[in-house]
Amino acid sequence: MTGSSIWLIFLLPIFSFLIITFFIRPFVKPTSRIAGYVTIAAIGTALFLSLRTLGTVMAAPGHELVIPEITWLTVGDLKINVGLMVDSLTAVMLVVVTTVSLMVQIYSLGYMQHEVPDAKPGDRGYHRYYAWMSLFTASMLGVILSNSLLLIFVFWELVGVCSYLLIGFWFHRPSAANAAKKAFIVTRLGDFGFLVAILVLYVNTGTFNIPELQEMAIAGTLAGTTLTWAAIGIFSGAVGKSAQFPLHVWLPDAMEGPTPVSALIHAATMVAAGVFLVARTFPLFAGSVTAVTVVAVIGAFTAIFAATMGLVMHDIKRVVAYSTISQLGYMMLALGAAGLALQHEGRLTVEIAKAATAIGIFHLFNHAFFKALLFLGAGSVNHATGTFDMRQMGGLRKAMPWTFYTFVIGGLSLAGIWPLSGFWSKDEILAVAWDTQKLLFTLVMITVLMTAFYIFRVIFLTFGGEYRGSHGAHSNGHLHESSPVMVGPMVVLAILAIVSGFWNVTGGFNAFMGHGETQSFISGLFGIFAHPLPWIASFVAIAGIFLAYAIYGAKWISAESIGKTFKPLYTLFYRKYFLDELYENIIVRLVLLKGIFAGLEKIDTGVVDGTVNGLANSAYDSGNTMRRTQTGQLQLYGLAIGLGVVAIVLVLFLAG
Amino acid sequence: MNLQSFMPEIVLGATAIAIILLDLIVKRKGILAGVGVAGLLISGIFTVAMWGALQPGEASLIFNNMLAVDSFALFFKLLFAGIAILVILASVDYAGKMLPNSQGEYYALVLLSALGMMLMASTTELISIYVSLELASLSLCALVCFLKNPKSSEAALKYILLSGVVSAVMLFGMALVFGVTGKTQLGEIAGVIRSMSLSTPVASPALAVGMVLLIAGFGFKIAAVPFHMWVPDVYEGAPTPVTAFLSVASKAAGFAVILRVFSSIFGVELLSSSWGMVFAVLAALSMTLGNVIALPQTNIKRMLGYSSIAQAGYLMVGLAAIGISPAAGGSGQAGILFFLASYAVANLAAFTAIIAITNKTGSDDIIDFAGMFKRAPALSLALTFSLISLIGMPPAAGFIAKFYVFSAGVRAGLLWLVVIAVLNSVISAYYYLRVVKVMWFAEPASEERVPSSIALRFGLLIASIGVLALGIAPGVILKVTEAATSILAFLP
Repeated sequence: MTGSSIWLIFLLPIFSFLIITFFIRPFVKPTSRIAGYVTIAAIGTALFLSLRTLGTVMAAPGHELVIPEITWLTVGDLKINVGLMVDSLTAVMLVVVTTVSLMVQIYSLGYMQHEVPDAKPGDRGYHRYYAWMSLFTASMLGVILSNSLLLIFVFWELVGVCSYLLIGFWFHRPSAANAAKKAFIVTRLGDFGFLVAILVLYVNTGTFNIPELQEMAIAGTLAGTTLTWAAIGIFSGAVGKSAQFPLHVWLPDAMEGPTPVSALIHAATMVAAGVFLVARTFPLFAGSVTAVTVVAVIGAFTAIFAATMGLVMHDIKRVVAYSTISQLGYMMLALGAAGLALQHEGRLTVEIAKAATAIGIFHLFNHAFFKALLFLGAGSVNHATGTFDMRQMGGLRKAMPWTFYTFVIGGLSLAGIWPLSGFWSKDEILAVAWDTQKLLFTLVMITVLMTAFYIFRVIFLTFGGEYRGSHGAHSNGHLHESSPVMVGPMVVLAILAIVSGFWNVTGGFNAFMGHGETQSFISGLFGIFAHPLPWIASFVAIAGIFLAYAIYGAKWISAESIGKTFKPLYTLFYRKYFLDELYENIIVRLVLLKGIFAGLEKIDTGVVDGTVNGLANSAYDSGNTMRRTQTGQLQLYGLAIGLGVVAIVLVLFLAG
Repeated sequence: MNLQSFMPEIVLGATAIAIILLDLIVKRKGILAGVGVAGLLISGIFTVAMWGALQPGEASLIFNNMLAVDSFALFFKLLFAGIAILVILASVDYAGKMLPNSQGEYYALVLLSALGMMLMASTTELISIYVSLELASLSLCALVCFLKNPKSSEAALKYILLSGVVSAVMLFGMALVFGVTGKTQLGEIAGVIRSMSLSTPVASPALAVGMVLLIAGFGFKIAAVPFHMWVPDVYEGAPTPVTAFLSVASKAAGFAVILRVFSSIFGVELLSSSWGMVFAVLAALSMTLGNVIALPQTNIKRMLGYSSIAQAGYLMVGLAAIGISPAAGGSGQAGILFFLASYAVANLAAFTAIIAITNKTGSDDIIDFAGMFKRAPALSLALTFSLISLIGMPPAAGFIAKFYVFSAGVRAGLLWLVVIAVLNSVISAYYYLRVVKVMWFAEPASEERVPSSIALRFGLLIASIGVLALGIAPGVILKVTEAATSILAFLP
């Protein structure tokens, strides 16, 4: 396993992007599927190479590969190297990203064939779609492989650009274009902190190299407030990308993109990038109690906060979207709590710090598969019914057995039912929360109940009971199972959702991440029930499922009456805590646009005669040039210059 | 006389005169543009040859120590030649359509203005700074009113009146500096000021006021708040290629003068820390005001006008870093030069695409760029990429430029300013992306393709390659900028 074959993992999707853009798109007719085949071939090969990398890393001493760096630019004291960082974290992420991406690309072959609302006939956008999907995957692989913060930032932004293009893929829908912009701007708010953190770290240490930064943070050469602020800045980037509170608002709207894109964004690429970043720079966090506390608290709060909104949504994709936010909260909590636990460690090393990320990353690993599965399932349902509104669904179990069974497997895994994958990683998070802070543990436990409830609410509403919709979208009123090209990836993911958790049944995953220095409390497929915690967690999850059954399956309790009884709470959840309104109407429109921005513009363009546009028109009409310069604006401009000079002089003299 | 050291300027002047004469003879006015480009190329070749002959760190003075021939001046000469070539290439379509009868004067004035700017970058004496600045400004002013419609004339009138006011302010500043030191040559002034051994920045009030007046004068050229008010009106009213020229060349010339003057005569630490602070505050104001007011703009030229104010703000972060911490300033100076180059290619690419599109649609309103991706995919792609560079996103040049300048800021301890700057970059993404969104995601008003000449497409291609090349392989240019600024090292 050489460096060049690892480079290839990243370069393959880049090649497929370039081939599609420069050869296929101009020269091949738009209905051709060839772009899809090229992408699938590239990512399939990348998956194969990723698996080989995983094997090599497992065999390598210290689970780390050393790959020579390439110097990108040297100028004076500035020297930026480009290199790969391949350790156990990288290897796991490579497999996750390429697997999910490959499944999504295959599924898209079938999905994108029909799913082009109101487009011109013949323009399915296959080429455009696959070009961006390739670039999206490549950018994410770039984030994972880079060994320098600067380079991670470059790919990080590329991920953002691709998500912008893909969420707004159906650009003739205004809602899609707006959602794309919202996603881009909101995540950039977080990126701002990330960039400042990179600058601060660079200026203080003179390097962007992650292994070096990790060493410095652990050795204590990088410490105190600098380290805390740098860690919090990095975390703010992660909060944006991983849709944590308060920057979570873009993710539910991002559902406007094609469903396979949602699956990719939610499971493996964009949102995972945030968690990955925190894990990658974890030794920096480990050195600051404040930083890890912030991570844990934001994570736990987001977990329960997003779950409450998932309880009440009617749109199947939105429920799954909120569940993503909530599950990402788990991962952040796991990282933060593990960091807090490290504070009691006597002698901290980079290895120990890196090992502490195992719990969070294991959940990321499992979550990727079952969440991709749930999204693909939602897309399959949409394919048959033509809607995402669960009030228009029901009774799909008979018509779509494959979709139903795979979706239930995904749901059980998400709810954390033994022995599916979600069970193993979730219980570890519960355990570490219990060890650090009982309040966080309580929040997570409540979230477990809600999670089981809302995902089975979806299952009962969608697949149970009678069909409530008016027609099937593509099949003349006849509901049907999706094509094999779509069902196939779902089956593969369902199998993964069952078995991926077994990696850690005897602590194998933790050992892989941490050189065997940490021990998991998990001990065997059945041995785990020697502890009380899995009993409690399983009981809570089953209670959630039962509650969903009681309301939406058997209808012993009427959903409407509950909605009425808890009306204020219901409204609060359903309107997403009014945060969209707060952000858009109050902060952006009222305070910024109408208040500060408009005020500044008024002052700038001349208080005397109102806005310049009005002026331009009146002057243009009369054709009298001199008149306009006599309106006082020119004098005002001169006055500004004069006042500016006077102000500077005054300040200089008063200060000097 | 060292005439061979003056060849780039001589060639430009001669070409300008030749164009005016040729204008009387030739029927096909496109030839004039060709002559202009050829003259600029020859001028550029001379500049490169002089750079090659220059020893590292060597600086010779010619014409009674009024002009410097050093790497710094040569860098800017090359930059101005390149900008003028791209502007002429972008003008061919526009001039043919909008100014059919005055193309000769148009191209000649572009060359003369570039000549003035070249002189600005090399002068080392207060009076010749003033004269070259006026040469550049007056030519620009004539260019601004070229459309001869009310908007254009009004813009020119505003520009010349305000420019006159500012010239007076600047001359007054120069007079004060001369009054205190008795010298006009920058090196000699610096010597006198160092020997004065001031105890506070305002120990010599006349000198301090003179410094502020010079800041105001040069601040006007670079469009720094509060000396920026001419920008939106003039940008909107001027012929679009002139706006492009104004936005990049005038700004670069302003920064060239500031770098030379402030790092020599006001280089003593006492003064440099106070002008550094002044530029820090102006930077914060310019970025914030420029970006925030760019948000609601509906006219793309006005929007880019405010954006150019904001870009001046980012550049001034570098100036502030130089002033406050001369030790950290080295990378600040090189960073400013790199930023200017990358801003030049990005803004010129953007304007070239805009010229082609507005030539067809006849409107500068952003809304009329709807669906351009369908009508002109290559132009839209180039415009998108240049806007990405202006946002400062990788892999475009703007990212490296901002990064380099901002890291100089952090190194000088100006973290607060850098935070403001990065926050501003986030705001700016919003209005740049609005154009992208309209082009890619909105329905086109018609299906008609947008035509463009080979010259324009060639210029656009070069500018776009520049944006990409500076972003992906910035090493070469960064080395050049380091070499160019090495002679600006603060005097002991």
